[in-house]
Amino acid sequence: MLSQHLAILPLLIPLFAALLQLFPWGNNPQFYRRIIGLVSCSLLIIVSVTLLLQVNSTTLVYAVGNWQAPYGIVLVVDRLAAMMVLLTALLALPVLIFGCYGEDNLGSHFHALFQFQLLGILGAFLTGDLFNLFVFFEVLLISSYALLMHGGGKQKLRATLHYVLLNLAGSALFLISLGILYGITGTLNMADMAMKVSTLTGDDAAIARSGGLLLLIVSGLKAALLPLYFWLPQAYATTTGTVAALFAIMTKVGIYAIIRVFTLIFGADAGLAAGLGYDWLWWLGLATLAVGGLGVLGSRDLRLAIAYLVVISVGTMLTTFSMGNDRAISGVLFYLLHSTLVTGALFLLADVIAAQRGKTASRIIKGRKLAQHAALGLLFFVAAITVIGMPPLSGFVSKLFILEAARTGAQVALLWPLVLFSTFLGMIALSRAGSRMFWHTLPGKPADISHPRGQLATIAVLLLGAIALTIFAQPVSDFTTAIADDLSQPERYIEAVLQLTGGDHE
Amino acid sequence: METLYAITVGTLTACSVYLILRARSFPIVIGLTMLSYAVNLFLFSSGRLVIDQVPIIGAGEPYTDPLPQALVLTAIVIGFAMTAYSIILAVRVRGEFGSDEVNEPNYQAEQEDKR
Repeated sequence: MLSQHLAILPLLIPLFAALLQLFPWGNNPQFYRRIIGLVSCSLLIIVSVTLLLQVNSTTLVYAVGNWQAPYGIVLVVDRLAAMMVLLTALLALPVLIFGCYGEDNLGSHFHALFQFQLLGILGAFLTGDLFNLFVFFEVLLISSYALLMHGGGKQKLRATLHYVLLNLAGSALFLISLGILYGITGTLNMADMAMKVSTLTGDDAAIARSGGLLLLIVSGLKAALLPLYFWLPQAYATTTGTVAALFAIMTKVGIYAIIRVFTLIFGADAGLAAGLGYDWLWWLGLATLAVGGLGVLGSRDLRLAIAYLVVISVGTMLTTFSMGNDRAISGVLFYLLHSTLVTGALFLLADVIAAQRGKTASRIIKGRKLAQHAALGLLFFVAAITVIGMPPLSGFVSKLFILEAARTGAQVALLWPLVLFSTFLGMIALSRAGSRMFWHTLPGKPADISHPRGQLATIAVLLLGAIALTIFAQPVSDFTTAIADDLSQPERYIEAVLQLTGGDHE
Repeated sequence: METLYAITVGTLTACSVYLILRARSFPIVIGLTMLSYAVNLFLFSSGRLVIDQVPIIGAGEPYTDPLPQALVLTAIVIGFAMTAYSIILAVRVRGEFGSDEVNEPNYQAEQEDKR
């Protein structure tokens, strides 16, 4: 009974957890809310591991309400979706534990918003319906609007206003592109649409292409691609550490949408609309990389520098994805796992460092010695060499995969220098930040604010994830190669969705 | 009818783009509201414009497509909530900063002075 509804559990768990958390829980509601949140996140990990083991043999298709595929809404769990769900669950639990050490008291309903945010993210990964993707995007956006304001403050207010207004415009564009695609193909199911798009001719194909490009703009806005990334640094740098760490997965939702839509619907088999947007992704991705590198170097605040590292990672992933071969996609997915975990850890770490430094906060200037100098220094060192991509940790391995994926001379000539140069800029920026904050401290007694061991342990757990990614690089890359193989043959996905739907649900 | 419909959607979109580019929070909120009207009309038309028909297959030959109506309904609900939130946010920004400009020109300089 439970196993046939496994595919929808990742949505039901955070949904019900959030609803339970909204109840008035007596005099000490925060205690119960924390317990519910932690239980929900732990259950999510168990469910997503189970899902991952199941989809390794077959793609799970869940027809919501048992309405068949092209008409009803389906949830599709293939390898890619299962991996993203597991990644989200693995990020969410340590981040939530970190938040439970007091940060959740800064504003009301943090826990419920956190679960709704998870619901939106997981829904976007699992859905097989384009309009449903829009709905889950809205769910995750609405909770992120509120989460960005968590803790209050002037700077957050302005960053949130920018973020909200931009995303409202983005949502309008998303609806227009859905309208165009529905008007032409008469379906919203992604698998069905992929089949219909491949048979279009003449003007219909041209209109479908414009719809697809609008979808690229919207996903680019979520993913923070070059002309649309300006909201990201301010928003991520001003919000609290917990929220920023959770948002490490948010740009990846945009990237996931691009990977899914542009391999399935506008992939190589899409007839006249084949290979749509890949050129744009290539050039804009390269430009994003360059701008992100300059941004990291120019940041005078550690959080801002980390936010620009997110921009770099987006540029790297989308450029690599646009090369379109199997190894490139496999490399992108490996890099995605690595960068989500390590940027999550870095945002939490920046929060701890800022709190212990007191007035100088996270600005990259001389400041007081930290109370837990050695532990934080070690964590920062590990996180920095991982995110930069120095050997031996996962950043290095994933960059190696990406560089290897460049095939033709033109790709090598542009991708290698830009990736390596942005790595170099990141190294300068982070080593400058590290030496200012940890070595050139002011004389006198260290700060008196220290953090509980458990809180630091959550950061260490996220970093351990990155280290585990290095140790188990072979099995993980085998898995991402299998995903890339699936993505290059969209007919597998289409067959799974359109034929097997609901067959064994009676 | 199609021409009139297209002109309406186009005019609404053009006005909303103008308002959004004003870089003041109140016109932007109004512009986004107008944009969502335009988008709703557009979504509605994606099922083709049919007059006086039921949204049921088999009841009459040219039937009207029910799906875009469902989509528009969803979009209206989401858009309504978002408009409310953005208005509150805009009012807060107006209160905190004393200006409704989305990018206050002096803001960056002010922050530098404080340091």
